[in-house]
Amino acid sequence: MKVRISSFFWLVALLLAGPARATTASEQLAGYARESGVAADPARGQQLFTQRQGREWSCSSCHTTRPTAEGQHASTGKHIAPLAPAANPQRFTDAAKTEKWFRRNCKDVVGRECTAGEKADVLAWLLSVGR
Amino acid sequence: MRGTPSTLRALAGVLLATLLLPAQADRPGPRVPLLPLYEQECSACHIPYAPGLLPAVSWQRLMGSLDHHFGTDASFDAASTQEIARWLNRHAGTYPRVTEAPPENRITRSTWFLRKHRADEVPPELWRHPAVKSAANCAACHPQAAQGRFDDDDIRWPR
Repeated sequence: MKVRISSFFWLVALLLAGPARATTASEQLAGYARESGVAADPARGQQLFTQRQGREWSCSSCHTTRPTAEGQHASTGKHIAPLAPAANPQRFTDAAKTEKWFRRNCKDVVGRECTAGEKADVLAWLLSVGR
Repeated sequence: MRGTPSTLRALAGVLLATLLLPAQADRPGPRVPLLPLYEQECSACHIPYAPGLLPAVSWQRLMGSLDHHFGTDASFDAASTQEIARWLNRHAGTYPRVTEAPPENRITRSTWFLRKHRADEVPPELWRHPAVKSAANCAACHPQAAQGRFDDDDIRWPR
């Protein structure tokens, strides 16, 4: 009987989890760090985020240098909700969305897609801010 | 006789609707409810521009070149792109003034847009106001732009 209850529990848990499994910022950070094989460094992440990488925009051009604050799109002026999970718990709860935005925005800022190590560094910094 | 007042009321309603409809159809605002996927994918960087503001051919060009979208990569997954493209195509502008495809697929370069924002209507320095930044930022002066309302009475000049 005990076995049957526990398998029922897992079945329900799986159904609730759905196809696009929810994730957390910490889980994604761990994933990127594992992929890069190097420990994430928040200081390196801050530098990448707040300084221009030889192009017109840095991450901060839209997200500000204080990611707990609201940002503003550098060309359209549209408001952007805070990026740091401490200020906006919705951030980094969907791995596909995280990947989509890293892909697009790194092209604007760095001129190429970011490496797993760079993503880990940025995420480590964003997670450290406001806590 | 008991049914007459309601019949009259219904008739008056139909008449009124007939009178009002042509006036409504003249406006380029989205009397179409926005597709939630369109809002989700497209209004992260800018307001969800009403599909009626551009003709179908401009939307097709935009949706076919999202990886080079006004200087940035705005691409996303193929299934969502197709669904949004179909919806835009279905609700694209058909009003006479919107049928002409503007240069660079920019709403702001449409003849009707330029006419409505002439220098005697909008002072040139206003475009450089920090709260405006870009002509694409409709909401700076049209607070209800995201709801497709651009009536002159709703304009709020930035201070």
